[in-house]
Amino acid sequence: MTLRLENVTKKFGSFTAVDHLSIEIPEQQIFGFLGANGAGKTTTFRMILGLLDQTEGEISWNRGRIGYGESHLIGYLPEERGLYPKLKVKDQLVYLAKLRGMSKKDAVEEIDHWLERFKVPEYKQKKVEELSKGNQQKIQFISAVLHKPKLLILDEPFSGLDPVNVEMLKEAVVELKEAGTSIVFSSHRMEHVEELCESLCILHHGSPVVHGRLKEIKRSFGKKNIRIHADFDTSYLQSFKGVTKYKPLAEGCELQITAEEAAAGIFESLHGRGFVRTFDLEEPTLNDIFIEKAGASYE
Amino acid sequence: MNKFFIMMGHTYKNRVKSKSFVITTLIMLVFIFAVSNLQSIIEQFSGDEDENRIAVLSESEAWAAAFERSLVSSEAAAAETYEGTLEEAKQEVEEGSYEAVVHIRTGADQLPEATYFANQIANIEASEPVRQALQQVKIEQVTEEADVAPETLQQISTPVSFELEALEERAKSAEELNQTRGIVYIMLFFMYFAVIMYGQMISTEVATEKSSRVMEILISSVSPVSQMFAKIIGIALVGLTQFAIFLTAGYFSIQQTIESGSASFIDGLGLTTIQPSTIIYAVVFFLLGYLLFATLAATLGSLVSRLEDAQQMTAPMIMLIVAAFMIAMFGLASPDSTFITISSYFPFFTPLIMFLRVGMLDVPVWEVSLSLAVLIGSIALLGWIGARIYRGGVLLYGKSSSLKDLKAALQLSKKEKSS
Repeated sequence: MTLRLENVTKKFGSFTAVDHLSIEIPEQQIFGFLGANGAGKTTTFRMILGLLDQTEGEISWNRGRIGYGESHLIGYLPEERGLYPKLKVKDQLVYLAKLRGMSKKDAVEEIDHWLERFKVPEYKQKKVEELSKGNQQKIQFISAVLHKPKLLILDEPFSGLDPVNVEMLKEAVVELKEAGTSIVFSSHRMEHVEELCESLCILHHGSPVVHGRLKEIKRSFGKKNIRIHADFDTSYLQSFKGVTKYKPLAEGCELQITAEEAAAGIFESLHGRGFVRTFDLEEPTLNDIFIEKAGASYE
Repeated sequence: MNKFFIMMGHTYKNRVKSKSFVITTLIMLVFIFAVSNLQSIIEQFSGDEDENRIAVLSESEAWAAAFERSLVSSEAAAAETYEGTLEEAKQEVEEGSYEAVVHIRTGADQLPEATYFANQIANIEASEPVRQALQQVKIEQVTEEADVAPETLQQISTPVSFELEALEERAKSAEELNQTRGIVYIMLFFMYFAVIMYGQMISTEVATEKSSRVMEILISSVSPVSQMFAKIIGIALVGLTQFAIFLTAGYFSIQQTIESGSASFIDGLGLTTIQPSTIIYAVVFFLLGYLLFATLAATLGSLVSRLEDAQQMTAPMIMLIVAAFMIAMFGLASPDSTFITISSYFPFFTPLIMFLRVGMLDVPVWEVSLSLAVLIGSIALLGWIGARIYRGGVLLYGKSSSLKDLKAALQLSKKEKSS
């Protein structure tokens, strides 16, 4: 059940929110959507879910458009968190699970399991408005995964959480993937996407600037980074062959080079100049790629 | 369809369990009990009062005697000849030993003329019998002077026989009309109360879900259209539950009052002999009226992003029902005026005004059918438009709530329709 978007465009009046987006999201994978605020991530999700209709293009999953008939197979965590503030956690989750086609008995079992897992079983009978924002978010996450969806869409799942809870949620996401759920998630944190996703797409003003498997994207990008910590002045590297970017550090520098081959020459040139504490050849970060492709700084 | 019932049940259960529901129901129960026992309550308070004593100062003893005689028949007050000056009498009124002083003097043409002194003169019920009694005295004197025979006098004072009879065969008799007026009045009140209360409830319900942003999860699992109607029906069930409680309480309360034999007030409202057709019309118009306003309320509620704006947004709806209520109040006095006839076809007024007309006049079947058709048509149209606005509206968040939002909401859902 691959999720396919072909040439999808969404216009709000004269404003184009998503521009000719074509992606394919394979089954049982985690797919990352990256982009700044307003890049079109949420609009894309809403189109996938059928809440909005695309102006042009085709979206298909499971041999058709996602409609209300499939809602028991879909999990959705919207970017704007929202639960009934006056309802108790359990009642709330049971209600939302029933709307996704679960029986009450199954729902209660799953709720116990998940609350236990997120180490918050004591919240079961509490009203949502009494919980902290981070804990509300956990409850919301539970509401998205309770019915064991086949396709899970998470819009900024980690924003506003402390590092401990981010780890907890990441673990849950990976586990769900292993259990057979296809997951699409968006973030504006590059490192989360790098860590979790096999494939990704970077949106910039509605159009995809980077798209594909993470490894291939990095390999085909070619450029690499070198970090050097040395006891001597490294500014001569600024105009060295193969160096495209030079950024001085407190002791040493960071370089971007055109290809891995250039690294050998640089390493050679350091020889005999003094003591080198660190010479580190790194993969390019997504941020580097984004800056390169979108021609703008990301954050 | 299953989800529709889950949502409807959720709406219903949450509302019925809420504090506000319990409190309003209790308040209304107290009110119903009070109204059905109004007669005995009023009597309870007025029974203790002493008969009003009125001091009479007269220049002629004959007048004083005639006045006292004439006042006795009215049972409203008892006159006593006061031995003293006017100033002393006024003093005693201020102290409270007399209700009032009547000072009778000789006026023009040797006829009696009087001044009524009391602490308060706002209560016409107290002074009117006194005036009538004196009028009687004056008539007696004038007719006596004109040498009219006592029999003639008798004839003059007997009230004329005046009966009302409708010529149209199926027109309501005067008695029936009075009864229908009572039931129409109650129905108008219920309708007004229901629309304001449950309409407001629906728009708040929608606005709460929107402002708490739970809406986005909801619309990803249930279509906005079934969501909207699940709310409308859910709240309708809340209303029916509440009305069932009221009606049961009202029925027993009235039964009890009838048994205790003080039912004249309730008779006046026409509650003891209601025609079945009137009840059927009441139910039909009530349900249709509710649906119309509820659809409007849900639509308006879907346009606001914050709960505070919901009040403002539903103001036009409240104005419509207030207008309908005012027109209906006017219509109670003259149900056959052209204005009432015309406004009974305006769908937002139909539930109240057309019901008033069928209750009080003999309205041809085609007219009722026409107005029902217009009403049902408007509900369908409003439901269709409402569902589209709702679809777009629930995804729309903004600071203001205005007509601009309405356009934007329609635009959002129009795009959806094109696929």
